[in-house]
Amino acid sequence: MPGQPIAAQAAGYDNAPAGRQAPMLLPGFDDAVQSAQRTFRAALDAMSHPGTIGEVAEPCGVPPGLSPALSALLLALADSDTPVWLPPQTPEGVRAFLRFHCGCPLVAEVGQATFVAVPAGHAVPDLAACAQGDPAYPDRSATLLLEVASLCDGPAVTLRGPGIERQATLAVQGLPAGFWTQWQANHARFPLGVDVLLTSASRLCALPRTTQAEA
Amino acid sequence: MDRTDTGSGTQPAAAAREQAGQAARAAWLRVLALADPEALEQAVGRLGALPAYRLLRKPESGMAMVRGRAGGTGAQFNLGEVSVTRCAVTLEPGVVGVGYVQGRTHRQAEQIAVLDALLQLPGWHARVQAEVVAPLAMERAARGEHEAAVAAQTKVEFFTMVRGED
Repeated sequence: MPGQPIAAQAAGYDNAPAGRQAPMLLPGFDDAVQSAQRTFRAALDAMSHPGTIGEVAEPCGVPPGLSPALSALLLALADSDTPVWLPPQTPEGVRAFLRFHCGCPLVAEVGQATFVAVPAGHAVPDLAACAQGDPAYPDRSATLLLEVASLCDGPAVTLRGPGIERQATLAVQGLPAGFWTQWQANHARFPLGVDVLLTSASRLCALPRTTQAEA
Repeated sequence: MDRTDTGSGTQPAAAAREQAGQAARAAWLRVLALADPEALEQAVGRLGALPAYRLLRKPESGMAMVRGRAGGTGAQFNLGEVSVTRCAVTLEPGVVGVGYVQGRTHRQAEQIAVLDALLQLPGWHARVQAEVVAPLAMERAARGEHEAAVAAQTKVEFFTMVRGED
């Protein structure tokens, strides 16, 4: 249908109220391929050396409500095959950002999510409520991405397990009360259980399910 | 993929307007995507200075599977893959424009995304429609008619003589 009908149909756009626009979207990674690979490498290194603090400093859009590390990790990890859970009070801008750049399903039920992302200032769901995997497929469990206040000025915890030569010390500030008790139960469920990536601003640190923690 | 769900299912008038808006947008995106890259370049040049925009998704090429249906009623089958280039930009008040084009012409995808965003702005809509979309649509219609006329010259009418067997 060439020519005229288009202009006639489009009357709605001539007097569109400004309020119908979506919240301002931000760009994703500046260099999608390189940055996603570097971020993935940082997450892999963190997972291989539990308790070691790494850095994610890839230039990317950071919607209000997310930290640079959390934003980069979600851009690198989440896609249409990985349902993501966000706390109910997460700003709409964050949801729109993930829908646009990752195309990931955003689920309301925490047990259905592959990635459970909890930005700063939101309640963390119970580790036992997240997907634990299946005895035949332990990899079908959730990975939690938790934003915390600091990775080095909190109460010290001693870590042991694969990837740690003797023992490592981690001092996280801002974990929910009772987290380390839940963590012991999570470790006991091996080979099932969840893995956790802790982020703080542009730093990250991993707690795979194989890691033992002692206060 | 950049649609915002306004959840206006309870308001039929708003939903109908939304649908009409979507149809109009699909129509101009179709015209722009099928336009000749050079004609589009010239049409954009006629608009003069464009407002500043930010790339939300840089032009990127990928593959899309084209599916077909034999005779229009048969089972779906995969015809083959085509390369597709897409781009998304955002303009000042939060408008998002998208451009999809067959092939690997990154520049055309970016131009389409900018025009799509401008067409959603009340201040620009009429001008872009008149100076870019309408001429390109007419050009395409003329090209289609010309091709149809050339093909019609070779049209052959088959008919069967009555053989008088009975």
